[in-house]
Amino acid sequence: MTHLEYLENKSIHILREAYNRFGSLCMLWSIGKDSTVMLALARKAFFGHVPFPLIHIDTHYKIPEMILYRDKLAREWNLDMIYGENKKALDEKLTFPDGKASRLECCRNLKTLALKYTLSGEWPRYRMDHATGSYRIDGNKEPFTGVIVGIRADEEGSRSKERYFSPRDVNNDWDVADQPPEFWGQYKTDFKPGTHIRIHPLLDWTELDVWEYIRQENIPVVDLYFNRGDGKRYRSLGCWPCTFPVESDAKNLDEVIEELKTGKFSDIAERSGRAQDKEDGGGLEELRKDGYM
Amino acid sequence: MRNFEKMDTCNRESVSADQLKKMNIVIVGHVDHGKSTVIGRLLADTNSLPKGKLEAVRELCRRTAKPFEYAFLLDALKDERSQGITIDTARCFFQTQKRKYIIIDAPGHIEFLKNMITGASRAQAALLVIDAHEGIRENSLRHGYMLAMLGIKQIAVLVNKLDLIEPSRRREVYENIKSEYERFLEKIELRPASFIPVSAAESYNISSKCPQMPWYGGPTVLEALDAFEEEPEPEGLPFRMWVQDVYKFTAGGDERRIVAGTVSSGVLREGAEIMFMPSGKKTFVKSIEVFNEPPKSCVRAGYAAGFCMAEQIYAKRGELVTLIGETPPSTGTCVKASVFWLGKEPFIPDKNYRLKIGSAQVSCRLDEVLSVLNASTLENESRGSVERNEVARCVLRFDRPLAFDLAGGAPDTSRFVIVDGYEIAGGGIITSIPEGDTLSEKLVRRNIKWIKSDVSTQERERYYRQKAQLVVISGHADTDKKGIARCLERQLLDAGRTAYYLGIGNLLYGVDSDIKSDSSMHNMQERREHIRRLGELSNIMLDAGNILIVTASELAVPELELLRQIIQTENIITVWVGDVSRQPPGYDACVHAGGADTASEIFRMIEAGQLEI
Repeated sequence: MTHLEYLENKSIHILREAYNRFGSLCMLWSIGKDSTVMLALARKAFFGHVPFPLIHIDTHYKIPEMILYRDKLAREWNLDMIYGENKKALDEKLTFPDGKASRLECCRNLKTLALKYTLSGEWPRYRMDHATGSYRIDGNKEPFTGVIVGIRADEEGSRSKERYFSPRDVNNDWDVADQPPEFWGQYKTDFKPGTHIRIHPLLDWTELDVWEYIRQENIPVVDLYFNRGDGKRYRSLGCWPCTFPVESDAKNLDEVIEELKTGKFSDIAERSGRAQDKEDGGGLEELRKDGYM
Repeated sequence: MRNFEKMDTCNRESVSADQLKKMNIVIVGHVDHGKSTVIGRLLADTNSLPKGKLEAVRELCRRTAKPFEYAFLLDALKDERSQGITIDTARCFFQTQKRKYIIIDAPGHIEFLKNMITGASRAQAALLVIDAHEGIRENSLRHGYMLAMLGIKQIAVLVNKLDLIEPSRRREVYENIKSEYERFLEKIELRPASFIPVSAAESYNISSKCPQMPWYGGPTVLEALDAFEEEPEPEGLPFRMWVQDVYKFTAGGDERRIVAGTVSSGVLREGAEIMFMPSGKKTFVKSIEVFNEPPKSCVRAGYAAGFCMAEQIYAKRGELVTLIGETPPSTGTCVKASVFWLGKEPFIPDKNYRLKIGSAQVSCRLDEVLSVLNASTLENESRGSVERNEVARCVLRFDRPLAFDLAGGAPDTSRFVIVDGYEIAGGGIITSIPEGDTLSEKLVRRNIKWIKSDVSTQERERYYRQKAQLVVISGHADTDKKGIARCLERQLLDAGRTAYYLGIGNLLYGVDSDIKSDSSMHNMQERREHIRRLGELSNIMLDAGNILIVTASELAVPELELLRQIIQTENIITVWVGDVSRQPPGYDACVHAGGADTASEIFRMIEAGQLEI
């Protein structure tokens, strides 16, 4: 068994476990490389089907190519596609680009809160109508009790402490200091009403693993990850006002993989192009305790 | 989408040579014995620290007038300085020329044993750190014991902080700890690969040999790590796969019914005859299913697999798929096991817990504590319950039969966890079974001894132009189940079906005459035996190709389960007659009492799943 096969099979096992144990399950799809790999793994796990909705939190500051790519893949792969947003914050312009919020506050408004209330069903969910290709408000307001998220342990400190099945309390909070034990492939699949479980099938994957798997499986990714002639590419994708590309000549998958193998980025964090991580010291860990991915 | 040729990937020769390039290592030991310092030093010596990190931490120490420690490096990487102790396992990465390592830092504090176990269970090998100055402490022993229980066999013991010992006494101190700890490990049948005298603070024997300790001729820590091997797949074990789920996705006209699960041990091939345990149901593997990869004729241990069956038998999550002709698993409702307890509340008798093994889940009780092990002395104590962080030998009892292997078989089929409320509160390994006969053993024996006719199920279906089907009609005693059944039988015959109505009353004075009369139906044990016999009779009628209608009062969920276990088809329709608000869970449909119309409603349900006449 190769290393990629090991990772693939373990992730599939976790996805199947999640699908069996959670009646109200969804997968967060950020359109980035990691959650797209996770989506491809789900198609393998369920033999060509994706038997749960995909949730995208639309901040309306995503790079436009990302939304086009999302809807294209949703149609091609027949995905049950749902997006959510913080309409109030957008209407009142409580955002960083509008100058009415810091980067962290903006993240909290457009992502953390939008995610929280989309998952709970308290805010509208917009679901793709495959007949017309447009989105309509979804009638289903049932809270999701299982949420599949594509975080990886090697991304940054707080994610390295995660479990494969990680509980969130009634307020969406994560108690880092008191996590459930997890061993022998047995996960926490029982939970109190009002709480939910985050499921992390990609926890053991690294950035290089993800790219090698994308190449092996021929998984389509947004071409923002490649140098399109300006000597820059994105390593991590987010909202355009807070995401910056890295210097790179890598124009395709082979070159991205070679670049990572040379160790060019070994001392630069993958998310270093994500400005919100740097605010207030441990920005991401703080955001994550509140329910950020 | 990729295009592929069908491949046999299960021959050892065709297994890719791209072997382990990564290894998970856990670092364990008593609190303050220097685990974080060892990791900090490993990261520094292998140049695995982010640029400028070492300098930044040195600078911070200079400014705050603190002596620099390598453990600070780890803290700086983990944001976990508040209490100065590791709370949860975190992963760090470094690399030697041989391979990449993911090092899992497990907390040494007794309070965080559950986190230590979480970390250790992900590792293929372990470094166990003992402070030369403090010597062997309680968690040095407990962690050693837990490594043995978790099945981690590759261990290097690091006798740390030797720089704090006078050079002339170092060898003596090291040798004393080594022989004392070896004696302890022997008792739990653990043989470490090496004992290494080190100082993580001074980098003695971490990445290079220490000239101050010429008396030591063994490997450095890095050499010891590189000498570890990826645990070979257990060979010679029979095929085992827990049914994780059964999929029937209909989107896009997909007709497949796929049994999904991860192979725990052995190999499954297309065409193999399999048996589901504990139900004992048998069939053949029609095809191995894959998506976006080469078609396969077999799958082996470690793969998340899926297959279709030759016959549509009723298989469900929690059953163990085994191969006919290989060593069968054990089945039963009672086991002896070694258990470690992590729960805040103690593990006590007379309380309902849930036991999870593979994908199976049963209700479980602590029947008896045989002995509690004192981790510090390895003495056995006798006590009625098991407290947090203790290890004990126990007798456990389940509410229904379970399939499993004993310790030494595939890990996934012999290890379990115990759930208390919403939390995993303990883990254990099944060591033996007390004596006793169970239903599952009867069923297994029945299926093995079953005399098969030359006429296949499919032939019989073509002959009768129908699928055998069981229709169970239940409801409160005052509802007219019999009337509905008679009417339904007539409608089916009129439609050209071969149907038969059998009331449970037809058995009471014949087949069941050795059990006490009708009134004894209130005795649970006897009622269960009545239903078991009804199930066995139904099984024969279904094998003969009939649509069989049976009626019985107030069948509860476990009784429906029992019927499903006994019959070998999943063509079963269960109908509750009466008020939907009083209907127990587990029924396919609820109908209102009332003669021909009600019968017609059930008739339509049957016809929906039937062959065209």
